[in-house]
Order: sequence, then C-alpha cells, then structure tokens
Amino acid sequence: MEHLEKIFLTLYTMGLALPKAILPEALYKQLETPLGALIGLTGILIFAPVTMLFLTWMERKVVARMQRRYGPNRVGKFGVLQPFADGIKMFSKEDILPRAVDPLLHTLAPVLVVVPAVLLFTVMPFGKEMLLINLNVATIFIMAISSIETIAILMAGWSSRNTYSLLSALRGAAQVVSYEIPMGFAMVTVIMMAGSMSTLDIVNAQQNHWFIATPWGLLGFLIFFISGVAEVNRAPFDVPEAESELIAGFHTEYSGMKFGLFYMAEFLGGFAISAFAVTFFFGGWMGPAFLPSWVWFMLKTYVLVFVLFWFRGTLPRFRIDHLLGFAWKYLVPMALLNIVVATIWYFVPWYIGWPVGLALILGAHQALTAARLKRLYKAYDRPRNPLQPVVVNPS
Amino acid sequence: MDQTLAWSILGISFVLAFIFALLPIAGAFFFRPRKGNLSKEASYECGLHPKSDPRIQFHVQYYLYALAFLIFSIEILYIYPWAVNFKKLGSVGVIEMFVFLSILTVGLAYAWKKGGLEWS
Repeated sequence: MEHLEKIFLTLYTMGLALPKAILPEALYKQLETPLGALIGLTGILIFAPVTMLFLTWMERKVVARMQRRYGPNRVGKFGVLQPFADGIKMFSKEDILPRAVDPLLHTLAPVLVVVPAVLLFTVMPFGKEMLLINLNVATIFIMAISSIETIAILMAGWSSRNTYSLLSALRGAAQVVSYEIPMGFAMVTVIMMAGSMSTLDIVNAQQNHWFIATPWGLLGFLIFFISGVAEVNRAPFDVPEAESELIAGFHTEYSGMKFGLFYMAEFLGGFAISAFAVTFFFGGWMGPAFLPSWVWFMLKTYVLVFVLFWFRGTLPRFRIDHLLGFAWKYLVPMALLNIVVATIWYFVPWYIGWPVGLALILGAHQALTAARLKRLYKAYDRPRNPLQPVVVNPS
Repeated sequence: MDQTLAWSILGISFVLAFIFALLPIAGAFFFRPRKGNLSKEASYECGLHPKSDPRIQFHVQYYLYALAFLIFSIEILYIYPWAVNFKKLGSVGVIEMFVFLSILTVGLAYAWKKGGLEWS
C-alpha cells in the first residue's frame, strides 16, 4: 500500500533521474524545481485528455442506462474504445471556416476555452504531496481563471457571425457571471474556517472532520456544486447550447477538432468542479489509510461526476430568465446567509450550532420560496369550470 | 512554496496549456480534407440562406446582470481577505463585516425591488 501511495512520487523522481545523471551538480541544483514542475505539468497534460476520453464514455454509458438503452457497446468491450473512435473521426473531419466568420477569433476561441480548464488542474491537490502549485491565492485564481471561459464563449459566439451563436454567447456570458457570485460566496465560508486560500491548507484543515459535516458546509457545498454545474454549462443549466432552440449554441459554426476542443473543455470543467467540491467540502484526499490518498480523491470526485451525469439524465432544461433569477433571487441570498451561519458555528458549540444553523437555512429557504411556490400551485389548480381554459403563468 | 516561483510555474503552465490546446488543431491540419464550396461555407441557418446581418439587437437585461455581477464580484474580493483573517480578527471584525454584508444585502434587495433582476 505504501508503494501504491508513492507511485506518482516515484515516477516523478524517475523523471528527474535523467537530468541528474547528465547535468553537472551545480546546474542541476538550480534547475531542479523548474524541471520538477515541468514533469508535473507533463503529468497533468497527459491526465487531462485521458480523463476527458474516459468521461465522454462514462457519460454516454450512464445516461444511456438511465434511459434504458445500452449506450456505446460496439467498439471494444463495453464500448470503451468509443472515445478513441470519436477522436479519430473528429481529427480527420474537414475544418469548415465559414466565409462570414472572423478567422482569428474563430480559431482562438476553442484554444482559449481549453487553457483555463487545463490551468485549473495545476492548483488541484490530487493526493498527499501531489499538488503542482501551492498558490496562496488559489481560490481567487480558480474564480479568475474559470471566468476566462466567458470571454472565450463570447469570442466564439461573436466571431461566428450567426444569430444562434450570438444569442448563445450572450446567454452563456450572463449565466457564467451570474453563477460566479454564489460560487464565490460559497467559497468564503471554506476560507473562513480553513484560514487560508491555498488548496493544500484547505484540505489539511479538514484532517479531523470534513466541512460537509456542518450546516454551513452542507449549504455551501450545494451552492458551490449547483453554481459549478451552471458555470461549465452542463445540464440542466445548458441554455447556451440548448439544441431545441439554438442548434448547438456558440459552437454551431465549429467543426472537426475545434468542436472537439469545446467538448473537451466542457468535460474538463465538469471534472474540475467536482474535484474542487471534493477539495473544499469532502476532505480532498483525506480518507482511511487502506487506500492511497489519490485513490480516495478520485473516488470522491467520480461520485460527484456521476451526480453531474445524473442531473443530465434527470432534469429538464431551465428557461434563461428562470435560470438567472434562480442565481440572483435564491442562491445569492442563501450564500450571504451561509456566511452568517458559518460565523455563528465558529462562536458556539456544535450542539447549538447545528439547530440554529439549520433553522436559519430552512427559514431563509421558506421565506425565499414560499410566495413563488404558492403562485405556482395556484396556477396549476384545476379550474371550477372544466370548459374554461387553464391560464398557466408560474412566473 | 515560494510564491514568485509558483507564479512563474503558472506562467510556464499557461504557455504549455496553450500549445496543448493548439496541437490538435495544428495536427488535424495535415489530415483533414479540404473541399469547401459556397453553400458549405455559408453561415448555418437551418437550411435557408441567411438574409440579414446575424448580429441582431439583444435584450438590455444582459447589461443589468453584468452590472450587478461587477458590483458583487468586487465585493467578494473585499470579503476574501477578511475570511482569511476571520479567526484572528475576532468579534470586531465580525461586526464590521456584518455591517458590510447588510449593506450588500440592502443593495441586492433594492435591485430586486426596482425590477433590475426581472426580464420585462
């Protein structure tokens, strides 16, 4: 078990062995850290596409099973080679550049959408001593880097010179910026309790109990995860690429490998959101010692990734105004309240903190939803006269 | 970890990630067929020929959300340093932050009341 725990560290030292052998001692001492970082980066750049390939297969399989289908089962055992077949197909497809588009922005957008998704992996603690960059402002970095995606989406939508793309890009931008607020507030509580913004310190602060086991942690996780799902434009928040309204949204005009990159960014983003939810609320790589730390991290992350696919299989798509209303009228007030709950939790013992916290959360939930639900129930009530048409206006 | 080093590694990662994202596009350049024609390279419009400029006017509400976002995201940046030092600052810091948060909440309630969050 000790061996498995150290497997990636061993690989890392093996990678450093070659420069150590050929370089002079003094030069090697100077170059050790940059070279080590380069090896870690190579690991991440191998890990990212492999994850993406696996996730595409997993999503198709999981969603298929939820819809009582088999999913891909022709290419390889259980269809595991399907993503490779798809990749080869995308690779050999013609890359159509419509005459109306702005060629530079059109080409740059898919690149720019992948870069932040990959950069998120650099501050992700995969396991004990398996963090590439221990940034002291990691949470701000996560927020900042994930909002670069907005610019990429706007670039793709605007440069395509297509009404569908433009509308989709605007929706995407509005959605991403709206959901970034509750996400940031949800992270505030974690930073308060960990006393640091570094992902490593946040995981270490959960040594004894995970943050999910507190009222603010529970609410914070829900807000963080829901906002995260919206941030990476996945179902049920996928209005920017709503097929029934906007063809394929901002990647309508993309084909071949450029389309593949958008696909890749979406899956990497989904994985990153799950991984950071695990880092912030589920104790990161902490877990009983019978499994290596990185296995714990992956297990927890894949449970959340499964939930992500579960959403897709279960929930219908939101309407854009409902979607943004949900962010501003429910998630933001709840996230603000969550800071109050966390403060109370810190100053009182747990047997007071739990009931008070839960009462506050449930009370706020009731206050925010009661009027809306009442209107909804009223709208769906049966009319006295069966011949009179029902006027349904839940908003 | 030394932060200067951390940021320089991040810079290297940015360059590598950029190359990583460019590689598939550049690689596909050598394999893909090139058989463009006028109707293939037209803007996609569900089988019709596009008639007017696709860059249409859009709803003003997007701007209002962007404005609200701007205010709140800056306020989040103010809250983060407080959150890091939350345990050291004690009750005085908590009271000050709650005053700040209540101003924030009043702002949100005002925007809500004025219909800034509604699509008209």
